[in-house]
Amino acid sequence: MASTIRVRATSNGDTTEVQALIQHPMDSGFVKDAQGAIIPPHFIQQLTFEYDGKNVFAADWGGGGSKDPYVKFAFKGGKKGDDLKISWVDNKGATDTTTAKIQ
Amino acid sequence: MDRTDTRFSATRRLILQGAGVVALVGLGNIPFVAGAFAAANDKYPEDAFKAKNEADAIKALYGKPAEASDKVKLDAPEIAENGAVVPVSVTTTLPDVTSIAFLVSENPVVLVASYKIPAGTMPSVANRIKMAKTSNVIVVVEAGGKVYSTTKEVKVTVGGCGG
Repeated sequence: MASTIRVRATSNGDTTEVQALIQHPMDSGFVKDAQGAIIPPHFIQQLTFEYDGKNVFAADWGGGGSKDPYVKFAFKGGKKGDDLKISWVDNKGATDTTTAKIQ
Repeated sequence: MDRTDTRFSATRRLILQGAGVVALVGLGNIPFVAGAFAAANDKYPEDAFKAKNEADAIKALYGKPAEASDKVKLDAPEIAENGAVVPVSVTTTLPDVTSIAFLVSENPVVLVASYKIPAGTMPSVANRIKMAKTSNVIVVVEAGGKVYSTTKEVKVTVGGCGG
């Protein structure tokens, strides 16, 4: 299965900028469908970025994030060709993990 | 003699296996405990994500209220045409930033996102959030043990939280 996570990590030699786009409905639990039934909450709760065995960024999300969430950050270090590991877990316990090469 | 030897070694192997199992169980236990500690550190802030107003959410996250700071720069649109996707980003010149949180005061759950910023990571985050209606967007930055915030009103033409 194709990964739900799309990552672009680019190093300028000094810092690495990371952009991640994840496919996820991010249902908050407050929205009703066309029949008026509440769409149950289904959203990513935790997202982590790991480089060189260390956490470089971690997110705790509620249902207020947009569908197919996007996040951008940067960290010091990170070499071209190195791996960046990204994983998330949602409120139903589903998870996905991917590894991206820093460009 | 041979037989005793085999039996001896068989027993020995058993004992070794037993020791191995004990060792494995032991090893299994220690990382588990360590893991539980790490999990407690990294625990999903359930209470903060249940808070119905920003003061409660900030308190649940940081244990104290935030003071307004002009060193926290929140970039959000003046008017968001689609409340389901509002791009917001924050940067700060404050040193020793350890976490950044986004809150929307009129959302049913005010806390939208909370980010941990380890040492070496820039105190700058961009993401996209949902907004139920026109509301204040509050960004909270924890730096050097203190809590700072900046607020900006974003007008929403079409809400992103109602059907």
